[in-house]
Amino acid sequence: MVTVHQINRLVNGIILNGTAPDQDFSHAFASDLMSDVLTIDKEGMILLTGLSTLQTIRTAEMSNVYCVVVARGKRVTNEMLKLAKEHSIAVISCSSSMFAASGRLYENGIKPVY
Amino acid sequence: MEMQFHIEGGDFSGAGTASSEVKKVLKQLNISPMIIRRIAVALYEAEVNVVAHAFSGEMTVNIESDKIQICIVDEGPGIEDIEQAMQEGFSTASDKVREMGFGAGMGLPNIKRNTDEMKLSSIPGKGTTIEIIVKF
Ligand SMILES: Nc1ncnc2c1ncn2[C@@H]1O[C@H](COP(=O)(O)OP(=O)(O)OP(=O)(O)O)[C@@H](O)[C@H]1O
Ligand SMILES: [Mg+2]
Repeated sequence: MVTVHQINRLVNGIILNGTAPDQDFSHAFASDLMSDVLTIDKEGMILLTGLSTLQTIRTAEMSNVYCVVVARGKRVTNEMLKLAKEHSIAVISCSSSMFAASGRLYENGIKPVY
Repeated sequence: MEMQFHIEGGDFSGAGTASSEVKKVLKQLNISPMIIRRIAVALYEAEVNVVAHAFSGEMTVNIESDKIQICIVDEGPGIEDIEQAMQEGFSTASDKVREMGFGAGMGLPNIKRNTDEMKLSSIPGKGTTIEIIVKF
């Protein structure tokens, strides 16, 4: 079972919101395109993204994604965190690029959605 | 049960509040999480379309014992060619919309995929109406 804490360690990030449902975060999808994210139906999916807007969290909320990793240290606003907390969506911020963070997750057994 | 929401064109920070409210209500109704997810995604795509492409819209949601029926009527530029708009990848989204992570031309096909019925109609220059039904 892969937890939010383990993911955070893998990407060497900071947990900005740690409350999420007890899920096995076994899969990940990396995208800045929210309309692409919304086409995926996969439980236990991590969203890796360089897009740090309120719509990132909204998209996670609608598609039942409970772990969002924001790459490149993009600023996560209080408004985003408030929404994330309200819906128990874990938010991790990491300074590495999407490519590097994806590589770290992949290397450690997190599976791609496609 | 009937609910009504106003959607403001261009208001990206507010996009999704109506869909979020509906999702909240559905969660209390003992409907399967899989169905709720489908409804939430379809509704959100439709809501974002009003925000991204129209001036303003009204969303009416009817929840019955066996289905949910949603109608969104907007005032905006409308759609010239519905068939073309329904194609995956077709988008007229502005740069601003793309910066928000949208504008891939995936929304309408995704609404279709997630719903049991979808009806899209438009009067170019006036507005667009989308009606969707999802059975529980
Ligand atoms: N409510 C609307 N009013 C006017 N035009 C619309 C409306 N909804 C959709 N369209 C037109 O249909 C096109 C396709 O819509 P669709 O939702 O599939 O993609 P998109 O909104 O451009 O991008 P995405 O949904 O992937 O973020 C839009 O680019 C726009 O030209
Ligand atoms: Mg769209």
